[in-house]
Amino acid sequence: MPISRRQLMAGGAGLALTGALGSACGSHTGRGGGGSSGPRLSQWYHQYGEAGTRQAVIRYAAAYKEADVRIEWRPGNYDQQTAAALLTSSGPDVFEASGPTLDQIQGGQVVDLTDLVKDVKDDFSQVVLAPKTHDGRVWGIPQLVDTQLLYYRKSMLRDAGVRPPGSLDELIDAARKLSTGKVKGLFLGNDGGASALDGTPLYAAGLGLVTDGGEVGFDDPAAARTLGKLHRLYADKSLLLGAPTDWADPGAFLQGLTAMQWSGLWALPRIRKELGDDFGVLPFPPDGPSGRPAVPVGAWTAAVSARSEHREAAKAFVKWLWIDRTDHQEDFALSYGFHVPARNSLAAKADRLKTGPAAEVVRFTKEYGGAAQPLLWTPPSRTVYQDALNRVIKGGADPEAELRAVVRKAGAELRRVRKRA
Amino acid sequence: MSAPGSTRRRPRGRERNRALWFWTFVGPFVAGLALFTYVPLAWSVYLSLFDAHNTVSPTDFVGLDNYTAMLGDPAFRSSLVTFAVFTAFIVPATYALSLGLALAVNRLRFAQAFFRSVFFLPSACSYVVAAMVWKLSVFNGVRFGLANTVLGWFGAEPVAWLASTDPPWYWLVIVTVRLWLQAGFYMVLFLAGLQRVPVRLYEAAALDGARPGWQTFRHITFPALRATSVAVVLLLVVGAFQAFDEFYNLLSDSRGYPPYARPPLVYLYYTALGQGQDLGLGSAGAVILALIIAVVTVVQSRVSGLGRKEE
Repeated sequence: MPISRRQLMAGGAGLALTGALGSACGSHTGRGGGGSSGPRLSQWYHQYGEAGTRQAVIRYAAAYKEADVRIEWRPGNYDQQTAAALLTSSGPDVFEASGPTLDQIQGGQVVDLTDLVKDVKDDFSQVVLAPKTHDGRVWGIPQLVDTQLLYYRKSMLRDAGVRPPGSLDELIDAARKLSTGKVKGLFLGNDGGASALDGTPLYAAGLGLVTDGGEVGFDDPAAARTLGKLHRLYADKSLLLGAPTDWADPGAFLQGLTAMQWSGLWALPRIRKELGDDFGVLPFPPDGPSGRPAVPVGAWTAAVSARSEHREAAKAFVKWLWIDRTDHQEDFALSYGFHVPARNSLAAKADRLKTGPAAEVVRFTKEYGGAAQPLLWTPPSRTVYQDALNRVIKGGADPEAELRAVVRKAGAELRRVRKRA
Repeated sequence: MSAPGSTRRRPRGRERNRALWFWTFVGPFVAGLALFTYVPLAWSVYLSLFDAHNTVSPTDFVGLDNYTAMLGDPAFRSSLVTFAVFTAFIVPATYALSLGLALAVNRLRFAQAFFRSVFFLPSACSYVVAAMVWKLSVFNGVRFGLANTVLGWFGAEPVAWLASTDPPWYWLVIVTVRLWLQAGFYMVLFLAGLQRVPVRLYEAAALDGARPGWQTFRHITFPALRATSVAVVLLLVVGAFQAFDEFYNLLSDSRGYPPYARPPLVYLYYTALGQGQDLGLGSAGAVILALIIAVVTVVQSRVSGLGRKEE
């Protein structure tokens, strides 16, 4: 039977509509066929690399009976997606955030969650709760603690006659000695370390990005001295650059492209599976007389959009999942990737964190952990600082001159957010 | 015999009909253009006059502060320099390569359609996909990357193509990916231009003693391609201004973008749509960029005589 043009177009439109309906980006009902009362809530997560995480959060959502929670699992630039979505009413009700950022809080884009945590506030790791707190109010509930650290191959260091580095100078020397034709000494990310390390070298020098009083925390000669040393890593050709995967993934370390790599606790299970006991962990080593080992700590956070039509229902769900259901919190942190639970009580009883390198990381975190991104350290400050760090590491730019410009810009940003408050 | 009035009404009906059909076909496109181009443009200008952190409906009027801040921002000025360097590389390189390919394909006696398709095919490839292939396979920075494997045959050390700033090898990656992607498209434009050059011109030149090859190309072919050349250069310059996809996908990482090879659109993307969400400042940058593109295009059109009748 010949098909008329009209039939063809109608069929095409039908197919297009079916495709559009069937390909809602990363959405999942979170229902296992069971019904639920209450409003429909949209919950967003960034795409975790660890297998099983997505199924787990769908399972948690399905177990909640007071609302119909739909999970959206979003690959790509998650922070930018949420930032854009919060401008509209079609965004999520509940969302995971590496922030929320100070501008999102001051702009009224997220809901105050202080009353949800009031009874358990002291049970949270204060290092990760602090950047979620502004003017005494809590704007996000930490889901888990992510720690960054230095992995090293024991056998490679032993063969080269190198000790695990205990200072920045030792790290630079070790990286140089470990660099051979086929293996580089150290991997700090494909950009040479500017974005992965961020404020870590400043913490290692005994400084910080922002002081407790809300001023620039690195207007000090020690900052320039420490950052200037990082250029030696690049100049000595000790750094692995242009690896197929970046610093957050242990691929380069596992493929034997580098003897040491800066990464996160999340990579530990994969490293242990492939290398057995042939690896060790270290904090970023200290530098200078006031230096101390640096362990940057961050946390993915549950937040509620102020544009949600079901704010109270969204808050109730967040409370149920991230305050009340400690079994889900423990499962989420420890059963898939490898993270420290955000609640001290859960972290203390986690068997997997009591032995081997994981226990060492927990100890480092307790002793030296500091917020990787203080709340007052806004994106414009971060951009200008990372640009400067990049120029210092790779271009050998004068660290003093570069930092002077950063201090000016970051100071202006800090004044802006204070004025806005 | 019809009444006099009725003969006058019929043309009016036809005119109404014509207007109806005109708007039936043109209306949706005009509406789309207004909705997706002019309204956002106007909104962008409006936003640029306000402090618009994390909002598209700001209330804090700041006048021209965003413009002065953006023009005083070394990173934005540096992005304009990046654009200038990129344009200086990509425009002549693409022009020469696409014209060379067009001349070569035009001379073919057989399989011309095949070669035209082969060279044109990369134009159908997504910039994102091509950038990822270049980044992860061809110019991967470790020893098993394609380029480094070839270097390894000659005993050279692996090169971190996208991370080396001295020498700035990243330009090689950026320029080659765009060359590969767009040379075929401009080759087709030049081929169309070449096929419009009257054969009698070559015959007359041959009678006058012009040697085939360079002399004929210089005095006959190249001048005859003037209109095509002007259009190609204009499109290349505007395309260079709009560079985003390959830069972003080659050089960004999960936490940001390095301070080198950062074209204006990438910088504005991070300013307005990154976590900073400074939509006022980003809009001011977008307006400045649009004005620069407009001025450059007008100047270029005047200089090259775009749209002028060929003599």
